[in-house]
Amino acid sequence: MRVLVIEDDDVLMNGLQVGLGLAGFTVEAVATCADASAALRAATFDAVVLDLMLPDGSGLDVLTEARARQLAAPVLLLTARDSVPDRIAGLDAGADDYLGKPFDLDEVAARLRALIRRAAGRATATSQWRDITLDPAAMTVSRAGEAVRLSRREFAILHALIDRPGQVLSKSQLEERLYGWQEEIESNAIEVHVHKLRAKLGAGVIETVRGVGYRLMETAS
Amino acid sequence: MTSIRTRLVLILIVTTGVVWLSAIAWIYLGARMQVERVLDARLSESARMVSSLLTRQDISARQEVDAGKAARAAEIAAMHLPYERQLSCQIWAINGGALVSRSEGAPAQPLTDSGVGFSVTQVNGETWRVYAVENRALGMRVLVGDNMRVRDQLVADVIRGLALPALLILPVLAGLIWLSVKKGLAPLNAMARSLEIRPASDLSPLPDRDSPSEIRPMIRSLNGLFARVEAARLHERDFTAFAAHELRTPIAGMKTQAQIALGHGDATVRDNALRQIVIGVDRTSRLVRQLTDLTSTESSAFGHDANGVDAGRTLQTLADDIRQHYPKAAAIAVDPGLFNVTLPVNGALFMLAARNLLENAVLHAPPDRPVACWLRRDPASLSIVIDDDGPGIPADELPKARDRFFRGRNRTAMGSGLGLAIADLALQRMAADLHLENRPDGGLRAELRFPTP
Repeated sequence: MRVLVIEDDDVLMNGLQVGLGLAGFTVEAVATCADASAALRAATFDAVVLDLMLPDGSGLDVLTEARARQLAAPVLLLTARDSVPDRIAGLDAGADDYLGKPFDLDEVAARLRALIRRAAGRATATSQWRDITLDPAAMTVSRAGEAVRLSRREFAILHALIDRPGQVLSKSQLEERLYGWQEEIESNAIEVHVHKLRAKLGAGVIETVRGVGYRLMETAS
Repeated sequence: MTSIRTRLVLILIVTTGVVWLSAIAWIYLGARMQVERVLDARLSESARMVSSLLTRQDISARQEVDAGKAARAAEIAAMHLPYERQLSCQIWAINGGALVSRSEGAPAQPLTDSGVGFSVTQVNGETWRVYAVENRALGMRVLVGDNMRVRDQLVADVIRGLALPALLILPVLAGLIWLSVKKGLAPLNAMARSLEIRPASDLSPLPDRDSPSEIRPMIRSLNGLFARVEAARLHERDFTAFAAHELRTPIAGMKTQAQIALGHGDATVRDNALRQIVIGVDRTSRLVRQLTDLTSTESSAFGHDANGVDAGRTLQTLADDIRQHYPKAAAIAVDPGLFNVTLPVNGALFMLAARNLLENAVLHAPPDRPVACWLRRDPASLSIVIDDDGPGIPADELPKARDRFFRGRNRTAMGSGLGLAIADLALQRMAADLHLENRPDGGLRAELRFPTP
């Protein structure tokens, strides 16, 4: 799950980056309205965490502008100004949720998961595909009731595929979801992770669409 | 006397009373003079009349005056005046000094001894106004006298007739004055009442229209005061809200880092989080210190230091202190020309302004490019110039740079957006100016401009 954090306080930005990263999110962080708009134009995110007071303007302007450009990702506002009128203004500008500072890191992660889940049209906290159950909050996967131990990257790939059953995800789309901009990506990293996933879950789960990418098997083999 | 109404009523009653009394005194004197004049005229007329009556009665004999006729003439003269028995008439023979006749009630002694005309005499303890006429043909002296007691009574009656109604009217007048004053002061009372019932938090202006011109200046200055208090209160509320907001962000950052440190076993992650917490604490304590500086600069009273401030020594002390706080940041080079320059300002304010500007310069400058601090003398001012080689302030942000909590695009991690606001305020309180400009060859120039006296 790829999240854009827009926050100008260095310590907090670092905290969200590390903390949400540990909770299984891939986090990009920017500090200004200009960078935020550029990032939202350049890539797709599963969710956006937005601070209202930014050095070069209001986060609400970024939000309004992004919504006007058909940004679909859910937006969580994080701000010190959490009076009722401020909340209303934020929600009316297109935000999906609101958290006042200081907040609990786990709550931010939980709310982001809930927002992403609901944006994908699901109401349950866990994703189900055939006999595979994926719990994004606990970052656990089980098959037929038995836990399967996955690495963070493997989990992220499976999560991405289960969120869009039947849809083909290209290698670059998966890379974008898995890695931040600053991270070094080896050219065959995705292949390696998919290979390991297949070894753990068995064949008949992830299908390679030659020249396009990966998806979950259409029919059970 | 605390009540305007009581004061006004008393003043009005006293002045009215004084006016009444002087009017009565004037009338008394006037009436007396008129009465004297009229009665004197009557007196002389009566005396002449008696004298001519005596002549016309054809009393030929020098000595044998018909006493009865003379008495009748005297009686007639006496009846001319309204107050009975006030006029006495005596007829004396010139030669021998015998009393020929007298009117009823007239004393037996001569009313006067002096020749002819008016005179005032005392006879039997009574004061008389006498007119004497000599009838040489008959050899008689006619004396007509007016009892002064009766005259005084006449004047007193006139005055009494005037004063009595006045005395009766005075209480009515006092009541009317009381009512008028009450009516006249009604707008003042209304204003006092509306001020009394207004809660302390209500700072809305008083209605200015339809108020009397006397209290309008007061209403206006009150409304001005209300507006100023309201502005100060709003300012304070905004400031508190801003300060709370500015503090909540670093607190959120520290909490997040603390949760990472608590929830993660990996030593590198934990150490990083703890380091971030230290940075957060440093920043937050600087912010708190600056908030305190700002409020105390705003509200405290600062006098002039008796000896003034040695600019160079103060700046060097500040530079050393800043060096200790930020050992890795750029150094500060204080120009020797600044030493022994004495500024007639408050030391605390000068330190505050200089510290914030120097800190700003040091935090923005590249670590290897020292911040230059030097003195410039202009005809009208003396400036302490602080030059750094940092990124400067974008031109569009220059007008906003002194706003509280404004952190521009070229902000530093330590920046709170308060440094320039504090420096600006402190310089204002020293009657000096803060001048900011981007240097042509890059970096920011901040000047503390002190007008030369």
